[in-house]
Amino acid sequence: MKRLRFPVRYVPFAATVAVFLLVYALGICNFRNFGSLRVFLGLLHDNAYLGIAAIGAEMVILSGGIDLSVGAVIAFTGVLIAKLAGCGVNAGAAMALALAAGTLFGALQGVLIARYRLPPFLVTLGGMFFARGSSYMISEEAIGILNNPVIMVIEDRLQIAVGNRGLTLEFIDMLYLALLVIAVVFMQKTTAGRRVYAVGENEQAATLMGIPVARTKVMVYTLAGFCSALAGIAFTIYLKSGNPLNCIGLEMDAIAAAVIGGTLLTGGVGYMIGSFFGVLVLGLIQVLIMFQGNINSWWTRIIVGALVLVFIFMQNLITQLSNRRRI
Amino acid sequence: MEILRTEGIEKRFRGVQALRKVDFSLEAGEIHALMGENGAGKSTLIKVITGVYPPSGGQVFLQGKPVAFPSPLEAEKAGISTVYQEVNLLPDLSVAENICIGREPRGRLGLIDHRAMRRRAETALARLDIQVDVAESLSSYSIAIQQLIAIARALDIDCRLLILDEPTSSLDENEVRELFGVMRKLRDQGMAILFITHFLDQVYQVSDRITVLRDGQKVGTWRSEELPRVEMVARMLGKTVAEAEAPVDRNGSAAVGEPVLEAHGLGRRNMLYPIDLDVRAGEQVGLAGLLGSGRSEVAQLLFGVVPRDSGQLRMKGRLLPQRFWSPRKALKAGMALIAEDRKVTGIIPDLTVRENIMLALQASEGMWKTLSRKRQQELAEHFIQLLGIKTPDGEQLVKNLSGGNQQKVLIARWLATDPQLMILDEPTRGIDVGAKAEVAALTRKLCVNGMAVIFISSELEEVARGCDRVVVLRDHRRVGELNGPEVCLAAIMQTIAGQG
Repeated sequence: MKRLRFPVRYVPFAATVAVFLLVYALGICNFRNFGSLRVFLGLLHDNAYLGIAAIGAEMVILSGGIDLSVGAVIAFTGVLIAKLAGCGVNAGAAMALALAAGTLFGALQGVLIARYRLPPFLVTLGGMFFARGSSYMISEEAIGILNNPVIMVIEDRLQIAVGNRGLTLEFIDMLYLALLVIAVVFMQKTTAGRRVYAVGENEQAATLMGIPVARTKVMVYTLAGFCSALAGIAFTIYLKSGNPLNCIGLEMDAIAAAVIGGTLLTGGVGYMIGSFFGVLVLGLIQVLIMFQGNINSWWTRIIVGALVLVFIFMQNLITQLSNRRRI
Repeated sequence: MEILRTEGIEKRFRGVQALRKVDFSLEAGEIHALMGENGAGKSTLIKVITGVYPPSGGQVFLQGKPVAFPSPLEAEKAGISTVYQEVNLLPDLSVAENICIGREPRGRLGLIDHRAMRRRAETALARLDIQVDVAESLSSYSIAIQQLIAIARALDIDCRLLILDEPTSSLDENEVRELFGVMRKLRDQGMAILFITHFLDQVYQVSDRITVLRDGQKVGTWRSEELPRVEMVARMLGKTVAEAEAPVDRNGSAAVGEPVLEAHGLGRRNMLYPIDLDVRAGEQVGLAGLLGSGRSEVAQLLFGVVPRDSGQLRMKGRLLPQRFWSPRKALKAGMALIAEDRKVTGIIPDLTVRENIMLALQASEGMWKTLSRKRQQELAEHFIQLLGIKTPDGEQLVKNLSGGNQQKVLIARWLATDPQLMILDEPTRGIDVGAKAEVAALTRKLCVNGMAVIFISSELEEVARGCDRVVVLRDHRRVGELNGPEVCLAAIMQTIAGQG
């Protein structure tokens, strides 16, 4: 009955929080105002859509799969909403429609993956091309929705004042935080959520334990489609336009956020709250470089790349450690 | 009272007949052992009963009523609980979740009540007298504890039939004893227990009845005390005791020379208990035992396919390093391994006979020392003649050759490296009788020429006929050695059964 003092499974998550605190401390030490509430709220606002997408991506990764269609679905939802709004449809109704379309799209991918046992990588790669192409079919150019009444209401009314210096928590920030809380509770406290972990960890064992593997997978991809569409809505509100060129490669940021958030790419290990820290770390690095002012902003990507590698190395090490104890 | 019955169960996988007309019956309040070699169909039968696989024919009855479970979940609901071979749990989830997942207690809003779940897990474990922190992740406990947790999970539902597929393979003796205590307690409460193991001792310790399967067919069911061990082994191997005791016709032994290989304490955790083995020049040593007894494991550890974690190896008196021991180094040291499944690990079907023969030699020579085409052809011709490989010429694709000739090509490949020790793991599997005899004659000839040979085969007659010495393995341990005149089929079987 040999036991470790600090369970190995907490290590990736602890490392994520440590990296977050480190980057934050680095900023605070070097720049005035870096620690201010304004900067933090800005960080949240600029990354809310990515956070929503990362929730979906993390859920898929936890189930042992991958979703490459995230960015394309965001672009598709954006263009769809902007186009419909441009044609005089109520923007709220357009959003509901886009959300339904994204969810259905995810469900279809899930059925292909679970029912026909096709590899998720290829199914969602196909889905990515499909969604990206479809958004060009709707419009080849960006469509602005600056003066849409619904968007204006969302922008001007649906916000909460934070503190007394005129700072506000915007609608999409609240949307993200609310979804995050729901996702955390869902993954920790519901049977459906726990099944995702079981399927991701060992599909065969899950089957033998009587878990409906196929149904769980369909659910995961459906929810991922929902999250992508919701991220698309958030992004549309954030930019007040839809553009078929938007978010190319964003799925990779979402995956990176999940990995930096301590999720094992092989599935089954990670905490939903980790994606929050992953997204914040990605955002913080960007803010840090912005504060620095004279560094080329593409350094962000290089640092993110290095971080992802470090985290994968760490995960590999942890997997080996726990395997060694199992033999 | 009969609790489970199968009638004429058939199972085919892509044309392979895994089960053939199996009639089987299980009663409440008994521990029933299911015996058979690996591949005899034990696990398949269980998976058919529990709904993992649908049967290709036949019917399962539970308490007299015909049932066909679409999935293990339905079987569980009907009161059949199964602990599968290998620990089929989720290492990174908590112990409590592993016990309760799929049937978690739920509280307010339908959310999982983690506290109730922990309590339930603790209760389930207390039945087996295990005390662990159920909030901890499963992987922080030893395999033995994990195995007991799997059993606790199986008992957490209200089950009438408990199926244990190799539950003891990762337990030590004390843990096995405790598990058996629990099994007897459950039996006395009226539960039916179906118990699969390949440990022969354990069968007699705990089971009331024994059913033997062979090649997917039921050989028979006996009360444990009515089936002597030797007879059980004979049944598992498909022999009668009389057949086994028939004298073996043996060729004369070659002159035995200096030790080539000396292994002391060779072993690896959960794979092979440390064994000693030495082979002399001109000697053919057989490794005998049932499938899964650790024969191939010896070969793998010797050749470095899997690193050993204990043991000293010497080749011709020279100590071989343990760290970073690999097939490449084994090859350099003068070993050759003809691995078990030639289709998977040996022959490259789309290369020619010549190319297949050259592979190992080329690998040992290194990337830069190329062999001229002429030299290659000479070597190929030499081996085709020497081993009597039936092929028009060296440029024939290997896939066009018969199984026996493919095997000879494989042997030629390793002979080309001029090894001092040749390890043959099941060299005669899947080839016809004539070719078997040829392969046997060939290994004999190698010995006469002074090579040391380790011969592994599940065909005990072959081992008995060809080998100068036979080391017998059981349950991943060395349990005996037969020398010279002692080597005969009956003696090998006696030793396997543990009455040598």
